Amino acid sequence: MVHDLYQEIILDHSKRPRNCHPMEDATRKAEGYNPLCGDKLKLFLKMEGDVVKDVSFVGSGCAISTASASLMTESLKGKTREEALALLEKFHELLTTDAAVREDLGKLVVFCGVRDYPARVKCATLAWHTLKSALNNGGEVATSE
Amino acid sequence: MSTISNQIAASFDVEKIREDFPVLKQNIHGKPLVYLDSAATAQKPFAVIDAIRRFHEVDCANIHRGVHELSQRSTAAYEETRAKARRFLNSKSKNELIFVRGTTEGINLVSSTWGRKNVKAGDEIVISAMEHHSNIVPWQMLCEEKDARLRVIPMNDRGELLLEEYEKLLTPRTRMVAVAHVSNALGTINPVKQIVEMAHRAGALALIDGAQAAPHLKIDVQALDADFYTLSGHKIFGPTGIGILYGKSKLLNAMPPYQGGGDMIRTVSFEKTTYNDVPYKFEAGTPNIAGGIGMGAAFDYINGIGIDQIAAYEHDLLAYGTEALSQIPGLRLIGTAREKASVLSFVMEGIHPHDIGTVLDKQGIAVRTGHHCAQPVMDWFGVPATTRASLAMYNTTAEIDALVAGIQKVKEIFS
Repeated sequence: MVHDLYQEIILDHSKRPRNCHPMEDATRKAEGYNPLCGDKLKLFLKMEGDVVKDVSFVGSGCAISTASASLMTESLKGKTREEALALLEKFHELLTTDAAVREDLGKLVVFCGVRDYPARVKCATLAWHTLKSALNNGGEVATSE
Repeated sequence: MSTISNQIAASFDVEKIREDFPVLKQNIHGKPLVYLDSAATAQKPFAVIDAIRRFHEVDCANIHRGVHELSQRSTAAYEETRAKARRFLNSKSKNELIFVRGTTEGINLVSSTWGRKNVKAGDEIVISAMEHHSNIVPWQMLCEEKDARLRVIPMNDRGELLLEEYEKLLTPRTRMVAVAHVSNALGTINPVKQIVEMAHRAGALALIDGAQAAPHLKIDVQALDADFYTLSGHKIFGPTGIGILYGKSKLLNAMPPYQGGGDMIRTVSFEKTTYNDVPYKFEAGTPNIAGGIGMGAAFDYINGIGIDQIAAYEHDLLAYGTEALSQIPGLRLIGTAREKASVLSFVMEGIHPHDIGTVLDKQGIAVRTGHHCAQPVMDWFGVPATTRASLAMYNTTAEIDALVAGIQKVKEIFS
């Protein structure tokens, strides 16, 4: 059923994305682009030392990519750079492998249904690719291609 | 809608045609398949599938070389497709028809052989705002290499080219005008006869990208007076990896070869190679023989039904679909040209095309979502992507009803 993919929490975050605004005092920014669907996303990070103090995004995308960005911002606040990157790895595993460890993912487990829609994995990972680019401070446009 | 087209449409036995397409008889996610993605690739009738199978089972050999029976049979069958393509396009001679991998290669062949030889710094190539990437990028590459300039014919908000603006773009520096016969993203049928005539008046050549026209419209390259016309086999119910490039003999004879290799030569020594005659000069290496034979069966299949009958039926089907989709609140059709074929491209308020595509797929409905390899078209309409339902002769009004019901389901989930 299509509701395995579009769980209530995903629909909720796609219609009312959290932390969806630009951030003037961001210390790091990055842009993400999914050439397949034309989705664009800007991510803003405010780092205090090694810790993500605040995070927000703006952009246009499908329900999966918007909800993923929204839920990502919620789960990042207070995490260290290393913890954020570890979460990214776990999230990616959730989308692509059968034997993913779901602990520590919190609400992000709602994206487990994406695994059955290989064409949509890129939608769910766009915000996370952009996060990686912001944390590594490369400044290049991240793509989920 | 004219009475004549209604009469033809009424006599068009779509159920009988559907019997010829085995892929259509299946369920997807428990629902009957509704295939509305023929502009991406058309499904294949038994006639095509059987021709390819027969070649591999009975006739398989390389062509143009062997004296043995199988090679002669293969060569005859492959070359027969060239003769069928001649009739399909109404070219003067079958030697004006080059086998290519598809429309993309057809355009690349012209840009890299004719283009490299004839386009100089400061020259101009004219394309249109609704081109597929395959009719943009090869010319862009040529312009970069030669320091030439790419000019673009603009369109209006229905998705129709502005011919008065096109007129202004034509100058003594214009070398080539390359335009789609039918737009893959919008469905617009362009007035290509007039476009070619205007190009010629300015002293330029004209190439027509016929990929989306060939399955829906009668093509007559002599009546159009096109210098080049190219199409893909897989859009006309044939296999992938094969297509046709038409070029006027005079032009083809003067063009340098495309790729070097076997079959395109007459004599080879380490000092000097002489080239084969047109069209073989442009056909290096063992080609897609099975594909060519399959495409021949596709030409026969279309001719057996009649392209005019197909066009009339599809005209009514498109009108039905346009009307049905227009009734849906929050849905906006992208591409509303007065002359259209096959394509129903649309966006929905607040719902991304990829979400629409996934929900429709779950109901067995196959549509294309994304930019349709026409990013400049998306930019012009100010949308990141669209959902595209594209029709072929095997589609029915019942399938359009299924699409409408599917869209209602999309709205239920996302509103």
